[in-house]
Amino acid sequence: MAPERSMPRPPLHNVRVVDLGSAWAGPMAGHLLADMGAEVIKVESRARMDGMRLGRPMVGEDLAGGDRGLWPELQPVFHGLNRNKLSVTLNLRTEAGRKILQRLASVSDVVLANFSPGVLERLGMDGASLRTVKPDIIVASMPAFGDTGPLRDMVAYAPIIQAMSGMMSLVGYAPDQGEPLVGELQAAWSDTVAALCAALGVVAALRHRNRTGQGQYVEAAHLEGTAALLGVPMLEYQMTGAIPVPPGNDDPDFAPHNNYPCAGEDSWVAIAVHTEEEWKALVGVMGGDGSVDLSLATDARFVDKSSRWTNRRELDALIAGWTRGLSPQEVTARLQAAGVAAMPVMNIADQFADPHLNARETYVEIDHPHAGAEMVYGVPWRFSNTPGSVAAPAPLLGQHNDYVLRELLGMDETRVSALVAEQVVY
Amino acid sequence: MVSAPFCAKVLAELGADVVKVEPPEGDSARLAGPFPGGRPHPERSGLFLFANLGKRGVTLNTRASDGVDRLHRLLESADIFVENQAYSTLEAAGITAAELELRHPRLITVSLSPYGRTGDYREYAGYDLQVNALSGMSFGTGHPHREPLTTPDRQAGFLAGLGGAYAAIVALLARESNLAGDGDLAGGQYIDVADSGVISTLLTGYHLPTFIYRGIAGSRSGNRMRLGLFPNCVLPCRDGYVCIDAPQMEQYQRFLNLMGDPDWTENPRYRDRRAMSDQYPEEAEDLIAPWFMEHDKAEILQLCLENRIPCAPVLTMAEALEMSHLHQRQWFVESEHPEAGGYRYPGAPVRLHGSPGRVVRPAPLLGQHNADVLDG
Repeated sequence: MAPERSMPRPPLHNVRVVDLGSAWAGPMAGHLLADMGAEVIKVESRARMDGMRLGRPMVGEDLAGGDRGLWPELQPVFHGLNRNKLSVTLNLRTEAGRKILQRLASVSDVVLANFSPGVLERLGMDGASLRTVKPDIIVASMPAFGDTGPLRDMVAYAPIIQAMSGMMSLVGYAPDQGEPLVGELQAAWSDTVAALCAALGVVAALRHRNRTGQGQYVEAAHLEGTAALLGVPMLEYQMTGAIPVPPGNDDPDFAPHNNYPCAGEDSWVAIAVHTEEEWKALVGVMGGDGSVDLSLATDARFVDKSSRWTNRRELDALIAGWTRGLSPQEVTARLQAAGVAAMPVMNIADQFADPHLNARETYVEIDHPHAGAEMVYGVPWRFSNTPGSVAAPAPLLGQHNDYVLRELLGMDETRVSALVAEQVVY
Repeated sequence: MVSAPFCAKVLAELGADVVKVEPPEGDSARLAGPFPGGRPHPERSGLFLFANLGKRGVTLNTRASDGVDRLHRLLESADIFVENQAYSTLEAAGITAAELELRHPRLITVSLSPYGRTGDYREYAGYDLQVNALSGMSFGTGHPHREPLTTPDRQAGFLAGLGGAYAAIVALLARESNLAGDGDLAGGQYIDVADSGVISTLLTGYHLPTFIYRGIAGSRSGNRMRLGLFPNCVLPCRDGYVCIDAPQMEQYQRFLNLMGDPDWTENPRYRDRRAMSDQYPEEAEDLIAPWFMEHDKAEILQLCLENRIPCAPVLTMAEALEMSHLHQRQWFVESEHPEAGGYRYPGAPVRLHGSPGRVVRPAPLLGQHNADVLDG
């Protein structure tokens, strides 16, 4: 009998990350690495807490409330962004705290941060300072606009980055549909892009280090990450001379292509047709119940893609006339059975209940010592042999002080107690 | 079209030798545009040129068995296989997860698809519009009285492609460390990435708990962020639009100072920033709108930079392409294509200062490297 093969370790099992991130993008970059098995140590302090731990929480009773009480342990948004991590509390306002942080970096592979430009240097955590204690260290930073350039000190959150990248200028209804610019996406888009860019840069730098022995500095500027996905509208401007305007739900490569109203309040279905085959199938389904005349398929206004594009508003009205009497699920089932792309426009309640998303572990349950059983979003890349996972809840403040200070850094109990008393470990 | 080509483009930027495999008639992205002067031409599609920058290109007919054989020969020498084909196409060509693992045990496959390769919707037809619908992005975007809006220019597919590139390198590290450690593992694997899965997870960190704990399933709120603190909105200014998002009290105070501390700030109705955002946002926005209308974008940017206020103009793509900040950082890539001409492309999404990537060639012509790659 062949010896039993042990379960493969997760892909980043041999990587240790010092995570100095706060708010959104930094913590997400850290958890992307932690999800795949990296040991990510979140460095935080009661002297300056991650803002996501602060404020009245959505969950639980606030009897022991307040930012000095249990509130910092009851923040579900924080729990999503910091799952799978360890926590050590180090007061970086103290010299001793910064020394310990440097020692921690010396036994780690990666330092991750989303500070404003210059802060890593002040903490002695930039590449130049750290190379004396850890020659092959990888330092990854996520400045909003970058470490250099005239806008380096610009204060920014995700919408500001989206505005300056040009992306925001494209979020809205088409000009012939007569509405002012929408602009906002109800999600931290550019934070998510920057987090992925930083995680990508870190693993690429790890591979470079494994092959050459050299560490390096990784700079994931939010602005550049966000703008890096905008090649098409950038080329559109250069190729046509026309400044790109919001397309609404139009895409010139498709017709029809829109979200159509269905029965029920704020109920919509997304239908897109790319090929002639799909167009004929759509008309077949709409004509199948007598709602639409089957001769539509050969109607001169809609006979090929370019006619359908030209007459798309008329076409939209015809399709909406059909969808309005049906649920989005019914439209989707009928069209998909005929090979036409359709999907209900889902809100988070719909997503949470959706069998497909559930089967793919889009949202997973994890047990948190204070919040109890709670749902967080899952790991979007499904590896066949070395899968990532949500294996541990977000850490309590300083939950792993003993592990980090005693096991990793070799301090004895007396020393740790003294650091706690001095509010260095705090 | 988007997710797989962009995933491989990001890997090319990091130094990978990427071979783009197209059917004899070409990737359908070649027909998608935008095109110079608006005139379609398969070698001049902006989507194709951008998503395939830095690659070599070959044509293979995987609908014929010798085409499938040639693909397998190509995969023999590859580390990573990135694809986003329809489920039925893969089954017909026998390029399934099981077959790939059997024939190429060291190969890392990144399979990008609208819904993923498992689950009820795996065989459903889908494009970026459906990805945005399923993943919740569309529902929240747009005006409350209008239809929901998908993200512009297939942004969901580009984000998923970026995620696929991350997953590919993680798998490469796994293969190398497992080979070193355990010896008996070939180290390849199949990575199933749903475009909708990337968005449904990484962009729901706020919506999911808000739904679970407050029962709020979301709604569209037009030009303003929902459930925040005033001011957090997009407003017109003298020559376009501007975006302000100043949650911290000091930031907001600096903005009020810049406006000249208007009298309305004394009114208790205008001191509750949460109520201003959630209950009477139009009324609140009317208080600051006139100031923006008195200034143009360039002035607003300069004033907000100097006063450390998170507020910035909504740049057009034309303005973004000319942004001196990005030019001083030498971010853009100028690349000349033999058929389409020279254009300015976005630079890399992340900078590796110790091993910087670069773009070594424009997107390939159809079948340009057939002789080098397939016969060489």
